[in-house]
Amino acid sequence: MFYIIGGVAVLSALIMVTNKKPVSAAMSLIVVMFCLAGIYVILDAHLIAALQIIVYAGAIMVLFLFVIMLLNIQEKEGRVAKHKIFFQFTWILATGYVFINMVKLIGAGDLPARMEGNIDGFGTTRVVAEILFTDFLLPFEIASILLLAAIVGAVILAKAKIE
Amino acid sequence: MVPLNHYLILSAVLFSIGAVGVFTRRNALIIYMCIELMLNAVNLTFIAFSKFLNNMDGHIFTFMVMTVAAAEAAVGLAIIISMFRNKETVNVDEINLMKG
Repeated sequence: MFYIIGGVAVLSALIMVTNKKPVSAAMSLIVVMFCLAGIYVILDAHLIAALQIIVYAGAIMVLFLFVIMLLNIQEKEGRVAKHKIFFQFTWILATGYVFINMVKLIGAGDLPARMEGNIDGFGTTRVVAEILFTDFLLPFEIASILLLAAIVGAVILAKAKIE
Repeated sequence: MVPLNHYLILSAVLFSIGAVGVFTRRNALIIYMCIELMLNAVNLTFIAFSKFLNNMDGHIFTFMVMTVAAAEAAVGLAIIISMFRNKETVNVDEINLMKG
């Protein structure tokens, strides 16, 4: 099951990166988000899977689609100058090198052994909330302030004219 | 049970695809989507380690990354809108006011 979902996720990600139209790219990204939510379910992270669908596939992608709709972009990306193609190729090679190193690091065998035993109710809302509101209360409050600042910033930036 | 390696490799693949997108695409919106993809790849790593180390802290980190991603998407898209209003383009090569 993991391999099917993972394959779909990688394929959709490739479609997203190579697609010319922003709307199709957004749709492929939604597919990737859903695949990742499925993988989170496999990993027993039920709350995070639900949040992934609600926050990413729901809120953030709708925001993206609204902006694409609002801007009504005429895609002019087809004509890329010759020297830019060279730069792009260089970047792809550099990223490929980093990727090979990441895989080497993963395959090196220094990964920690799987812990035995099981937390009661691993990944459920109750257990996540218990940790979030005891050990991680300060980061939680800081996150809420960050969201408030983001709301104010977004409104001010998107406003037509500031008097 | 799928071993931890495979989750990490999937995460690395998604992260690299996102990085390639950021470096090669010139549409600001698609660059943002690629950044979201990279954040998601990191989330997958957190959740996989959380499961395999039997420790719930990774879930909290993922929660925080999602919060930051939502804030970043809101502010970033607002910046793109105001940029489009000024220059009528979202191509990052044509937005070179700060280049001097």
